Amino acid sequence: MIADEVATLTPSDEAEACAMVAQARGRGETLDIVGGGSRAGLGRPPEGTRRLSSMRLEGIVFHEPAEMVLRAKAGTPLAIVEAALEAHGQMLPFEPIDGRALYGGGEPTVGGLVATNASGPRRISAGAARDSVIGLRLVNGHGEAIVTGGRVMKNVAGLDLVKLNCGALGTLGFLTEATFKLLPKPEGEATIVIRRLDDAQAIAAMTAALGSPFGVSGAAKLSPGMGREFSRTFLRIEGVAASVDHRAEKLLAALAEFGPERVLSGDDSRRLWRAVRDADFLAEPRQRALWRVGLRASRAVDFLARLGPHALAHLFDCGGGIVWLSTAPTPADAAAVRAALAPSGGHATLVRAPDALRAAIDVFQPQPPPLAALTRRVKAAFDPDGVFNRGRMYAGI
Amino acid sequence: MAQIAFPPPDPTILARRDQILAGLAAILPADALIADLAGRRAFETDALTAYRRLPLAVVLPRTVDEVAAIMRFCRDAAVNVVARGAGTSLSGGAIPQEDAIVLGLSKMNRILEINLADRFARVEAGVTNLAISEAVSADGFFYAPDPSSQLACTIGGNVGMNSGGAHCLKYGVTVNNLLGVRLVTLDGDILELGGAEPDAAGLDWLGLVCGSEGQLGIVVEATVKLIRAAEGARPVLFGFDSCADASRCVAAIIGAGIVPVAMEYLDRPAIAICEAFAHAGYPLDVEAMLIVEVEGGEAEMAAELARIAAIAKAHGMRVMRESMSAMESAQIWKGRKSAFGATGRVADYICMDGTVPTGRLPEALQRVGEICAGYGLRVANVFHAGDGNMHPLILYDVNDPVEQQKAEAAGMEVLKMSVALGGSLTGEHGVGIEKRDLMSCQFGAADLAQQKRVRAAFDPAAQLNPAKVFPLEGRGA
Repeated sequence: MIADEVATLTPSDEAEACAMVAQARGRGETLDIVGGGSRAGLGRPPEGTRRLSSMRLEGIVFHEPAEMVLRAKAGTPLAIVEAALEAHGQMLPFEPIDGRALYGGGEPTVGGLVATNASGPRRISAGAARDSVIGLRLVNGHGEAIVTGGRVMKNVAGLDLVKLNCGALGTLGFLTEATFKLLPKPEGEATIVIRRLDDAQAIAAMTAALGSPFGVSGAAKLSPGMGREFSRTFLRIEGVAASVDHRAEKLLAALAEFGPERVLSGDDSRRLWRAVRDADFLAEPRQRALWRVGLRASRAVDFLARLGPHALAHLFDCGGGIVWLSTAPTPADAAAVRAALAPSGGHATLVRAPDALRAAIDVFQPQPPPLAALTRRVKAAFDPDGVFNRGRMYAGI
Repeated sequence: MAQIAFPPPDPTILARRDQILAGLAAILPADALIADLAGRRAFETDALTAYRRLPLAVVLPRTVDEVAAIMRFCRDAAVNVVARGAGTSLSGGAIPQEDAIVLGLSKMNRILEINLADRFARVEAGVTNLAISEAVSADGFFYAPDPSSQLACTIGGNVGMNSGGAHCLKYGVTVNNLLGVRLVTLDGDILELGGAEPDAAGLDWLGLVCGSEGQLGIVVEATVKLIRAAEGARPVLFGFDSCADASRCVAAIIGAGIVPVAMEYLDRPAIAICEAFAHAGYPLDVEAMLIVEVEGGEAEMAAELARIAAIAKAHGMRVMRESMSAMESAQIWKGRKSAFGATGRVADYICMDGTVPTGRLPEALQRVGEICAGYGLRVANVFHAGDGNMHPLILYDVNDPVEQQKAEAAGMEVLKMSVALGGSLTGEHGVGIEKRDLMSCQFGAADLAQQKRVRAAFDPAAQLNPAKVFPLEGRGA
């Protein structure tokens, strides 16, 4: 066990972070990167000798509402960023997942959402976090401050190390600052509800909606028992009020064969999508293993059929392209998930499970040997001595 | 004399030319290898036509296995490889050198899969950008990034440069519309990166490869996002009596929280050039013009246009022309998209590609004018204003070496200015040979060294598209 007060390094600026990393490297120490701790359960369990925390790297560096861009230090609580954006009617486009429902505490920070590429239901129309992060500063394993990307929307100068670090779980470097492009917050939203569809019907309805010209920005299905005793399929439309009404009406007509019933709006709609975003309905029971599976929506039903009773509960996001599901927390169940997925293609991430299971199996989809070798070489290109988050993504890397 | 330097060719490679040709001939069908002088000439430059170098040989494989065999051979024989799509790079990204072979993807031009239910297309690298949209337009879908060269440029080249286009303001650039690639590495490994399934696990290889300018491997296949088109789309022209008013209007529209599908800027010289070519009905008596496109249902478009027009009026908009038909809309876009070609009829030009924060556009445009005037050169501005991606076309006479040097010097000053204002050297054309020596203006030594180490993880001896992107030894600006 790491004793907190002696073991956690808390640099107050990037220069201090560089010095601390260089020193740790010189001493042969390994550092587990921590932020607000709200996603600490993602990835393999930490193996480092000390912690390196971003919590003192706090504050919005700039927010240019007229340019729709914001830069914040890595330890800045997401709540502070969202309050600043709210004051100008803006938002982070990708609807970041809040890990607290699943992992049970902590404070979501800017660095954490970049490191985990935490993207919610709007990723179907606005892209993932990696599509909205346009610049990063980080400290590499040499203890050097590295700048990549910038503050403009279009920038193709040099290799894009921004995306590479987005979702890298801190294995390549210690993030110190991130720059986001923003979107105006939609004036209104409406959610069409269709009850009692089975999985195949729900996928058909969501596919029809997403292939329609009406700009659907969320497509999810909750199974029976998630808030209601029957299944519910949801389709969200956002924009200026008149446009939302117009498109919702058109979409209702286009989906007539599926029997769309109700339209939620305002806070009701927002509450619902927050719950879908955070997979609230799968948070309990807490001892279950939770998976996030990415696959072609058209193959989701077959995948679940192959998985059979191993899937204890599931819900669809992104039109069925994302399947959240829970299983018993055993290696056999994990093997069943990966085996059921193999014929479909795609990838399964073990999002939450007891430490022992996350240490025993591949948390991320295993890579073919040439990619695994590349992962090692790219890791070494940033962090040759493996100072950062050793073993967090893949065992031994 | 030209300013852009080329490294001296490696004499040990040149000396082995016969052996290298024999080796390539042994692994390729006869018609996939071009060794004769006339044949190689066709590949000595791209759209940065002021520069040319004759490649050692040209290979035009038809299959992924052939590409893998070529790569393994070139690794073992220590031969440099320059990937090429349609050769439309404006930054010299596909210009070869004497000690390199050109690996052209033009014969790999099949659309492999169209899946409208899961909304993606999988195509070979040599398929043109426009061909993807054309293949799905009857079903109401399209592929969003639309570079001006979309009729000719290939998806492989688009991935290499992370290309943009006018409609990227709403839909994003190539990397935001790319779902997967098949990459052949120097070792001949065939890697599937990303795919039709959302949020691939592990490191974001796709994001790294997109825009890597052919230095990490050969993209032989791309899986791209297909988007269902909105109910309707309508471009509107706004004319202004001053460039400053027009550029402030751009910043004000973005600042008001409106994201049109596209927002393009043309100044007086650009309007005249495009109108003479396309007869699009552009107003000729204004100093600057914006093309703003909105989409959606009729009522939606009307409401959004009303908001935009009100902002434009407040910024001195004097002329407004709304497209009344699909044909008129097509004409309006034809004028804009033919800007580069139409300018080529008037004069030789170099096209800059710097990006600035939209709030700095008025200042940046003024500086572009001053810089070019300082060299006694004419300039036409036609660019993607909504995302601050400027394209000053600096006009010169290619047969006048002094003027060419002036044009390039002016261009470099414009790009340095873009970086100084908080922007980037390049928004969508890539670094290529053109801007590599300016990279040290935008990045520090440690930043560039980090990028190079990542590149070396794929290509330790820098054989793939060598002498591009990074400053040549001793030449950082």
